[in-house]
This record gives sequence, C-alpha cells and structure tokens, in this order.
Amino acid sequence: MYVAVKGGEAAIANAHRLLADRRRGDRAIRAIGIDQIESQLSLAVDRVMAEASLYDPSLAALAIKQSRGDMIEAIFLLRAYRTTLPRFGYSEPVDTGAMRIERRVSATYKDLPGGQLLGPTFDYTHRLLDPALQTDEAVETPLTRTPSPENTSRVTDILNGEGLIEPDSSMEDEHEPGDITRTPLDFPMTRDTRLQALARGDEGFLLALAYSTQRGYARTHPFAGEIRIGMVEVEMDLPELGFSVPLGEVRLTECQSVNQFKGSATQPPQFTRGYGLVFGQSERKAMAMSLVDRALRAEEFGEDIVAPAQDEEFVIAHSDNVQATGFVEHLKLPHYVDFQAELDLVRRMRAEQGLAPANTQSEQKEAAE
Amino acid sequence: MGAMMEKDAPARPERAVRMGLLARASLTELKAHLEPLGVEAQAVRGPETGLVMLRGRIGGGGNAFNLGEATVTRATVRLATGEIGHGQRLGTDREATRLSAIADALAEAGRHEAAISALLRAVEERVATEAARQAEETAATRVDFFTMVRGED
Repeated sequence: MYVAVKGGEAAIANAHRLLADRRRGDRAIRAIGIDQIESQLSLAVDRVMAEASLYDPSLAALAIKQSRGDMIEAIFLLRAYRTTLPRFGYSEPVDTGAMRIERRVSATYKDLPGGQLLGPTFDYTHRLLDPALQTDEAVETPLTRTPSPENTSRVTDILNGEGLIEPDSSMEDEHEPGDITRTPLDFPMTRDTRLQALARGDEGFLLALAYSTQRGYARTHPFAGEIRIGMVEVEMDLPELGFSVPLGEVRLTECQSVNQFKGSATQPPQFTRGYGLVFGQSERKAMAMSLVDRALRAEEFGEDIVAPAQDEEFVIAHSDNVQATGFVEHLKLPHYVDFQAELDLVRRMRAEQGLAPANTQSEQKEAAE
Repeated sequence: MGAMMEKDAPARPERAVRMGLLARASLTELKAHLEPLGVEAQAVRGPETGLVMLRGRIGGGGNAFNLGEATVTRATVRLATGEIGHGQRLGTDREATRLSAIADALAEAGRHEAAISALLRAVEERVATEAARQAEETAATRVDFFTMVRGED
C-alpha cells in the first residue's frame, strides 16, 4: 500500500526562521558587512567565485554571509544565481602575459626577467597564531620600491625559446572551445573542456589528486615552472560597434607546471606541461589544477593509465562540488517508501532461508512505517 | 601557438579606449561629472545584467578555453539629439553603467567636451595611480639574491 504523506510546511518555515536567527547570532555583536567579507575574507570570496565559476566579488561575499561561511553552500548559491541571468557572449581570451603582477615566483629559474616577486604570501610565515589580530590594531602600510622596467615574460616562453619544452597547446587553431555549461559532459574530453571543468573543480578534491600523483600514483615529476597572480583586462567584442571593448579587470592565478617526458619515436625528449588558471588569488588550487591537468594527459603521451588522477571520467565526473553535494546530501531527504521496500525484501529473504523473525520485529515494523 | 600574443595588434580605436575608461569609472566619479550637465537620455536597451564567459588560453598562449563566467552589466541610451551611447562593465552596477552610456553618447555627439574629458582624465589618473602604487608595493617584495662564493676566485 502506498500512502502519500503531506506535512512539514510549518516545521520548514520555522526552521528557516531559526536559521536566519542563528546566522545573525548574538544581536549584541555587530552584524558583519558584505564589504568586510569582500575586503577582509577575500580569499574565501575568491574560492567561492572559482568553484561557482562566476566572477563577482560582492555577490560571492553576499553568498558567504548568507551561507554562514559554509563554502560549498555559498558556491551553490552563486551557481543558482547564475542560472537566472542571460548569457551575453564570450570574452576575448585574456592575456596572462600582460598581467599586472601581484605575485610571481618560479621554482625553476632563480634569475628570471622581472624577478621573483613574493607579493602578499603566507609562505615563510611561521604559522603562529597572532594575538594582535584579536584586536583592531593599526597595520603598517606596505613598503614600496621602484618596479623593474623588465618585461615579466612567462617562464614557459623562456624554455620554449630553446625548444626544450612543448608548446602551449597543440590543437588546431580553428578548434572551437567546448563549454560544459552548454553541452553535457561527454568522455573522452578535449583538453580545453577538461580545463574548464578543472577550473571550477573542488579545491580539496583536486588537491588530494595532485598530492596522489606526487606520492607515486601516476608520477609526473612536476616543477612549479611559474606561478603568477594579478589583474588581467577582460575584453569583449561588441558586434554593434565592430571592435572589442574593455569591461574591466579580473584577478587570476596561473600555474605552469613543468614535467618530465622521456620522448617518443616521433618526439625528442623534452619537458611537458600542465596548466592551471583560476579566478582570484587561489595558488593552491591553480597548482593542483596544473598537476591534475598533466596527469590527465597520460593518454596523449602514451603513458600507462594506472592511477585515479589519470582517469579522466573519474576525475572530471567527481570534481564539481555542487553536483557532489547534491547527490550525497539528497540521501538525508525522506526515503521512507524506498526503505520500506528494502525492509520487506530483507524480511522475505530471511523467511525463505527459514530464519525466525527477530524478537523485536513487530516494534521495528511500526517505527519504520 | 605562441603567435597568439597580440602585441602587434592595431591600436585600440579611440572609442574603445574611452569605453574602457568608462567601464572603470566609479559611480561617484560618473555622478560628479555628469549630474551637473542635466542631460536627459532615453534607454534603448537595459541597463541589464547578464553573463560573459571569460576565456583563457591553454598554457597561457595556446588554444582558447572557457574559464568561467563573470557578471556584466550593459546599457544603451539615445540622447534627445539622436546620438547612441553604449556602456558595459563587469559587475552588477546598473546606474554606473547607464551613466557611462550617457557619457559615451555625449562624447559621440561632441557635446560637453570639457566635462567628458575631465571625467575621463580623472578615471585615467586614478586607475594609473592605483596601478603604480600596487606595482611599487609588489616590487618591494622582489627577492634580491646574493651568492656566497666559496673556494678559489
């Protein structure tokens, strides 16, 4: 017998009212402002933008406030918001070579044009909690120095000049980039489509996969050829004018990993590459992305596919945390009928095997139904 | 693929440069320079907010790929004298976008030239000052390596 059950409206309404109260917290404490989140929790904002795949710092800050700091919930909110907007078009590809650099380091070349620029990094801090931040003490302004007039060219372009590294990419020029927001995922993917999926992929998931490649599950011997963080200009072609127009600047993090390749029958030994490009200041994510990008190119280089990080369908199909949380968390929604069916099945199987019903069977039956 | 670097691309049209500056103008800057003019403009399109898919290039200079979307607001206005102006910028600020479309239309019409060029100059100077400041702060974090020489010289 199937009995439709209704109810819960009042409970849901009250739960949401309670949520709003708990989100606000102690009324004696000042409410946090969107501007405070945007400027003082900016790396949280960056992560939400990257994994929501939507660049808008103030909306990402709003999402963080609304989600009480639950990052995946905030990402979900921003993803949901984007579905309400029309698509105006595609930008011109951004030029990371022309980036206004905020940080730029290379682990492969010490003295490279433009230099090693540490920028606002956590590296070399001692990871000691700072009690001074418990109060609102004045913070010193940064020191300044005349910038070098040198062009901050990409490390890969330097290696490329010697022919020791593969070129940026090797698809034909006419290749139209795939768009996973328009076309459902289909395997195998081209590298451009894979990079789009990785750019919005969950940082923790990509970090774990990247770590696995370093620990021996698909060894690709990476060097951080270059990491650069900074502002790039976005331009878009306006058909009504017939030329492209700047829309403003976005902050991006780019990572070029440089990896071993022993060569093949047709190619001399040379370095191969993995690429990471992420919204905001997201160095860990960009590095992980570049390592996973390289691992996923195993087939291209004729490498044995032996590890999870090399398995495109496994990686890409599970990298999106909005999808992942949706499917995992749906398990908490009522499954009363499904479970009752399984309960009946187990009872029947036990009866067929001649097992006596458990003592408490009748009580449990009532509870489940 | 490295040939993708558009260093040799022709210089931007004057209007594109102007629209780029107007895209960076703050609402305060736009109001300060435009409100005293009391210009009326009719909305042709928007202001409306939508999405633009930002593209990157594989390896930095290779084939294009879709990186992720950004919110963009755009507006098109017509002055009483008929000139059309366009405004567009990242984000969701509809009023700033509408005002930048009016500034674009006025520039096209050659009206209020002094006010428009004062606005553009103010934006350009602020943007340049902020960029220079940021570059100087970054330069202060540049590593100066020194080498310990050992053994015979």
